[in-house]
Amino acid sequence: MIAVVILAISLVGFLQFFVFYCRSIIAATADQPLPKDVQDVTGIVRTASPEEFSRVIQLLNLCPDRPEERGQLRAVSAYYKFLGLIRSTVAMVIPSLKSWTDHERGQCTYYAAVALGRRIAFSRDLLAQQMLP
Amino acid sequence: MTACAVSDLFRFRILFHYGYSSKEYFYFYYYSDALLTIVLYLALISLFVHVFKEMNADKYLIFGASFLLFATALFSYLVVAQSKVLHLSSFAVELSQNLYFVGLVLTFVLWGAILKLRETRARLVQIVLSLGIYFSLFAANYAVCNLYSSSTWLSAALSQLFGCLLPLAWAYAFWRTPEESRLVPARLAVSHR
Repeated sequence: MIAVVILAISLVGFLQFFVFYCRSIIAATADQPLPKDVQDVTGIVRTASPEEFSRVIQLLNLCPDRPEERGQLRAVSAYYKFLGLIRSTVAMVIPSLKSWTDHERGQCTYYAAVALGRRIAFSRDLLAQQMLP
Repeated sequence: MTACAVSDLFRFRILFHYGYSSKEYFYFYYYSDALLTIVLYLALISLFVHVFKEMNADKYLIFGASFLLFATALFSYLVVAQSKVLHLSSFAVELSQNLYFVGLVLTFVLWGAILKLRETRARLVQIVLSLGIYFSLFAANYAVCNLYSSSTWLSAALSQLFGCLLPLAWAYAFWRTPEESRLVPARLAVSHR
């Protein structure tokens, strides 16, 4: 019985901390403007559509990887999938959750677009280094 | 992190010399795990001291933390004492399990304090949140292990995976989050209209 209570509290705690943690990662990029080339490629200017996430991730995968943001991207991708799960299950019962999950998924897309901007800049730096005599 | 690295080095040495299924490795693994959990508990208390620094509540915090640690150890002993055979290793395992849960509850309290005191240091917020994720995963893992004793192998595999999360999250917080970086924790709280 005690193990069941501990399990329930731990799972609730995990979900809460996971959501807060992912939001703290996303919040760091929410105010950053997107570079012009990222705006042109993705079509995102200020707010991102929740459905664009996988397309932005595909674009990210075309650029050379930056190991330092790999963990954060995985956390945000997991958060995006978790939100998708909430949207297709719990949000059916509680409709107000639908708009919240859409907003959050849009924020995840914006985070991925900011990461794309960093990767493009990183690729340009790499190219510039290789061009040096 | 240093304690964890030292412990891993010794674990590897014992694993290399005596093998995975040896008693030496078994005992060392669980005793070192209990010690590491206590170290992590102390790290959590130091975060409390950081958050409550301006209130000069260090003495009360240290007294409260020591009392809670003692109470958890006593509770673990009483649980182990109920079984017919009293083993120090059973006590170490029980103490680790209970400390993970106590750690989770304390992280909840700390997060509540951060929200209440409007703490804005992004690095501190990320460290506390990742600690909450770590404690909750381990507490859940131990609870599943107690519920289904046949899932011990899965639990052992998962604990290795979960063990990587905290060093990664803390490394990110220390290396990638600037010390002067600020965020508003209240904005992280879930609100849906």
